[in-house]
Amino acid sequence: MAYSDKVLDHYDNPRNVGTFAKDEGDDVGTGLVGAPACGDVMRLQIKVKDGRIADAKFKTFGCGSAIASSSLATEMIKGMTLDQAAEIKNTQIVEELNLPPVKIHCSVLAEDAIKAAIEDYKKKHAGK
Amino acid sequence: MKLPLFMDNQSTTPVDPRVVEAMLPYFTEHFGNAASRNHVFGWTAEAAVENARAQVAALIGGDAKEIVWTSGATESNNLALKGAASFYKKQGNHIITVETEHKCVLDTCKRLQREGYEVTYLRPMKDGTVTPQMVTDAMTDKTIIVSVMAANNEIGIVQDSNAIGAAIKAKNPKTLFHIDAAQAAGKVPFDVEAAKADLVSVTAHKIYGPKGIGALWVRRKPRVRIDPMLDGGGHERGMRSGTLPVPMIVGFGKAAELSKDEMGAEAIRLTALRDRLYRGITSKLPEVYVNGTMEHRLPGNLNISFAFVEGESLLMALKDVAVSSGSACTSASLEPSYVLRALGAGDDLAHSSIRFGIGRFNTEEEIDFVIDLVVKSVEKLRALSPLWEMHQEGIDINSIQWTPH
Repeated sequence: MAYSDKVLDHYDNPRNVGTFAKDEGDDVGTGLVGAPACGDVMRLQIKVKDGRIADAKFKTFGCGSAIASSSLATEMIKGMTLDQAAEIKNTQIVEELNLPPVKIHCSVLAEDAIKAAIEDYKKKHAGK
Repeated sequence: MKLPLFMDNQSTTPVDPRVVEAMLPYFTEHFGNAASRNHVFGWTAEAAVENARAQVAALIGGDAKEIVWTSGATESNNLALKGAASFYKKQGNHIITVETEHKCVLDTCKRLQREGYEVTYLRPMKDGTVTPQMVTDAMTDKTIIVSVMAANNEIGIVQDSNAIGAAIKAKNPKTLFHIDAAQAAGKVPFDVEAAKADLVSVTAHKIYGPKGIGALWVRRKPRVRIDPMLDGGGHERGMRSGTLPVPMIVGFGKAAELSKDEMGAEAIRLTALRDRLYRGITSKLPEVYVNGTMEHRLPGNLNISFAFVEGESLLMALKDVAVSSGSACTSASLEPSYVLRALGAGDDLAHSSIRFGIGRFNTEEEIDFVIDLVVKSVEKLRALSPLWEMHQEGIDINSIQWTPH
């Protein structure tokens, strides 16, 4: 299978790889989606300041397209409000990375990861 | 060293220049139809075909008259199973095979099931091997064929064909033993008599011969019968009609001869390269698992899983090296390798597997290059892997409630 230049770029130079320190606790929301048995697991974290995503980090176990999708997702959501980020659709990722049909599930997983991170953040702040 | 380098010799092999040389005159000068009985063009072609028949038969310990040319192992396996099932259907309707067989055996068996045959798919031991007793326990008085491959294409496991054949014949001499020897012939000692085989499939392109030519060895004493799948001129003793591709057959013969002559020394060389690769990788990387036993394995095969790294992403990093993966992402079906799953490897390790197939033209320099590249790439991808991070923190990946998608 031939990969698009954009997938290769994100794979060779993934953006925002990493994990927020545990003591940053309350400002951070973590989404962990996928399953090892399915061949892809994404963990996407957001750090929220004044209602905006100030920083984002990811780590992904998966194929090149999964790595590229999550890398791109962290780039896209930085600076967005939680509501804006929640509206990101997987099709935007498919378009940006030129993903072939068999790799669309990678973009779906990235969308799920964003939503899961937002949900986790909101859960931490519920009733506060 | 020239890049990209090829280390996927279980998928196919380059044609040996000595084989090409043997083939060339049969495209131009000696282009006759081997079935032409009344002129010298035909006789020359026929003599070349008969010479190759002897060469291929010698590789597997058979008689030249028992060789039926086909287009490759897929056709040989189809012809053996469908042909024998059809011919012997009055004798029974039960077939035994193994979950880790090649798709062309498994899918042939599935078709036979739809036609009313009953098929038992044996699950091998965790190390990939099948014991004679597993086979005989599954045999009934209706069992007409047992099909167990000699060596596996993915994990390189070499079955004890001789012990399996002996057990089958001890229980019921009439039950046919078919062996897919596409990966084993020319790589490890294999003999149709020692295995008490009735039908054996082989192919040229796994032993540095051309693609598109294979053979089915069909026992003559006692005579084994198969119904043909192609109707036509009645070539190959009526079992496989079609004008013989003489240059390909000559190439297969030469490739078989070379493999037979060089097998002993080559097996020692390949085993040393394979062990160098394995030691080089495992001395620098933790959490690397061999799929299948190392004890009964094709000399050039190494199939290992790099835990917490997905196979296709690793193939991307190894883009200068042609290897293959059992990862779902490399298959059209999005299912991880059924061979590794049958070993109970766990889907996560199946997704992380890489098959290295070292062959005749690989060198020690290439092995060392691959070791460095693999180590560097796995380290990079583990730094990206949330599973690796969890493992480092002592979290058991299996204790997490994952959501399969």
